Amino acid sequence: MEEKTYVEDVDRSIYDIKNEETDVYKVSAGLTPEIVEKISEEKNDPAWMREFRLESLKTYNNMRIPDWGPPIDGLDMDNIVTYVRPNTKMSAKWSDVPEDIKNTFEKLGIPQAERASLAGVGAQFDSELVYHNVRKEVADQGVIYTDLESAMHGEYADMIQSHFMKLVKPNDHKFAALHGAVWSGGSFVYVPPGVTVEIPLQSYFRLNSPGAGQFEHTLIIVDEGANLHFIEGCSAPKYNVANLHAGCVELFVGKGAKLRYSTIENWSKNMYNLNTKRAIVEEDGVMEWVSGSFGSHVSYLYPMTILKGARSRMEFTGITFAGKGQNLDTGAKVVHSGAETSSYINTKSISKDGGISTFRSSVNIAKSAAHAKAAVSCQSLMLDEKSRSDTIPAMDIRSATADVGHEAKIGKISDDAVFYLMSRGVAEDDARAMIVSGFADNVSKELPLEYAVEMNNLIRLEMKGSIG
Amino acid sequence: MSENVIEIKNLTVEVADKEILHDVSLNIQKGEVHVLMGPNGAGKSTLGYVLMGNPKYKVTGGSILFKGQDITNEPADKRAKMGMFLSFQEPLEVPGLSLASFMRSAVEQRRGETIRYWNFKKEMKAAMDVLQMDESYGDRSLNTGFSGGEKKKSEILQLMLLKPDIAILDETDSGLDVDAVRLVSKGIETYREECDGALLIITHSTRILDELPVDYTHIMVNGSLVTTGDASLVDKINAEGYEAFLK
Repeated sequence: MEEKTYVEDVDRSIYDIKNEETDVYKVSAGLTPEIVEKISEEKNDPAWMREFRLESLKTYNNMRIPDWGPPIDGLDMDNIVTYVRPNTKMSAKWSDVPEDIKNTFEKLGIPQAERASLAGVGAQFDSELVYHNVRKEVADQGVIYTDLESAMHGEYADMIQSHFMKLVKPNDHKFAALHGAVWSGGSFVYVPPGVTVEIPLQSYFRLNSPGAGQFEHTLIIVDEGANLHFIEGCSAPKYNVANLHAGCVELFVGKGAKLRYSTIENWSKNMYNLNTKRAIVEEDGVMEWVSGSFGSHVSYLYPMTILKGARSRMEFTGITFAGKGQNLDTGAKVVHSGAETSSYINTKSISKDGGISTFRSSVNIAKSAAHAKAAVSCQSLMLDEKSRSDTIPAMDIRSATADVGHEAKIGKISDDAVFYLMSRGVAEDDARAMIVSGFADNVSKELPLEYAVEMNNLIRLEMKGSIG
Repeated sequence: MSENVIEIKNLTVEVADKEILHDVSLNIQKGEVHVLMGPNGAGKSTLGYVLMGNPKYKVTGGSILFKGQDITNEPADKRAKMGMFLSFQEPLEVPGLSLASFMRSAVEQRRGETIRYWNFKKEMKAAMDVLQMDESYGDRSLNTGFSGGEKKKSEILQLMLLKPDIAILDETDSGLDVDAVRLVSKGIETYREECDGALLIITHSTRILDELPVDYTHIMVNGSLVTTGDASLVDKINAEGYEAFLK
């Protein structure tokens, strides 16, 4: 039972499988209208989308790089390859996916998970989905789960046009504009009124090409009274050049509908993760976020929820683990505009080996939101003297009847607690891992079992290292 | 033939460059019950911590042998695996770590083998029954939100499952009501019956000792052991206090 070899980094060997690059098509690095047009052409965009991309590019060029967060100097946009198409067409049959790509996903456990406990799976490799499948019984309920590109040409074309980047507009920030210009891949989900999808749908994003960007777009519409759990997983092997992830997630939760959106993000530590996620919730709707951020070199991630309808609710449960060389700036935002809306943001952050973890929360309560309730709780755990943890709360309350609470705690692992566990025969690094896993427990409890296991493994590996 | 479980030889201990235990020597043999008494701040709990290997305390002289093996520099987990146990005066809370899953991995460490979930559950339930603990405590976070009495029961539950060769009980009876003391004593008795374990009991009162055959009583004052006697010394202290031993 002795496994004392301490390595500084997590054993990422599963994630670090690199596939030989066999892309048929790759646009050149850097960004020009020609490149954007090329992507548009390559993807067979409808005319409005092509326009949209070019407009977004203009917006991108006119906007400044954010300067209020972690430095992103390492990111040279001229060196990011925006579009990499894997050497395959999208398939609904696992056996049709090329061997090397399949192996990668097999090792990540994607098809196994689908067989075990998922209603549908999408797997994206670099810029394109390579696999997409929905269980028949779910499809029979009228649930649409497909890639966004084909959705733009089919029955749901109008729905896409009226929702695409309406919640996150390209002028929101520079990387949203970039996304608008070069987005590729991602998923479209539509759950018709009153339909409850019993088991989760999942998308897995894998970035394989060195120096590439991934810009997938996820658009989910849960219609009146419907219910869905969507899971998103991300990983990438580590290369020496910077990779960029600037995805966008737009979630529309209808009247009395419920959506749970779970993410386990484990990008490699050369990744700039500048992701934008936003949800809008109608009357009596419920939005639940579960978010685990473990990977990337720099992250900017603050999922936002707009509680538009009366009595709509949201709950955000998140954990961020910043290890060596990581600067993870995460948090959550909520806007209350409907009456009697309520929100609860509950996050934990862990920093170790000089990692920096910053938690930002923003709560806005509009005048229209009578009797709104908001609570924010943030706990941080610093595992050593070199690491850093900051909490930056912002609140803008314009309603006299609002009930708002905020709580932040920053702590260290208590030596006494470590000694206590050791006095029962547990080795020191195991004792520390147990305390950290316990600290993260409220998040892992919210995850589907196999993700909870993956998260606990990630924590254990971070805490004790392992023999390769 | 007698068998030393613990031999403490001329132990001197410092914390923050200050000597707090002076030249302490004490032997405990298999199955014996020792009581350690003394005024507040005498160093009794410190001795317990040092025996268990709390890294806060620095041993500057002497040694500790466990079954003849020098463990003076061994970490706490190794001592626990060899067969030592300390019941904490103030057990720590670990949110998110369930009592049952923690105890299962601790017991596996102690026995050096994996234990099937159902077998462990059964074993834990039997111990909980003795202590009249509800089984649901197993699913609760270790000591988190437990009352003082529940924490002490959780310590004795751990003792019963780990079955060490020696258990140091630091003020296990303090803050307990009469019924809780009775249950905790029953747990300790069960432990002794099952593995003939030795005890070093740090206490102020006699309540926990009523059911136990005390072999030796030691008095500690200002970091030194000043007197050793038999069970009757406990009554004497309770009647007369420590005055006779204070210089």
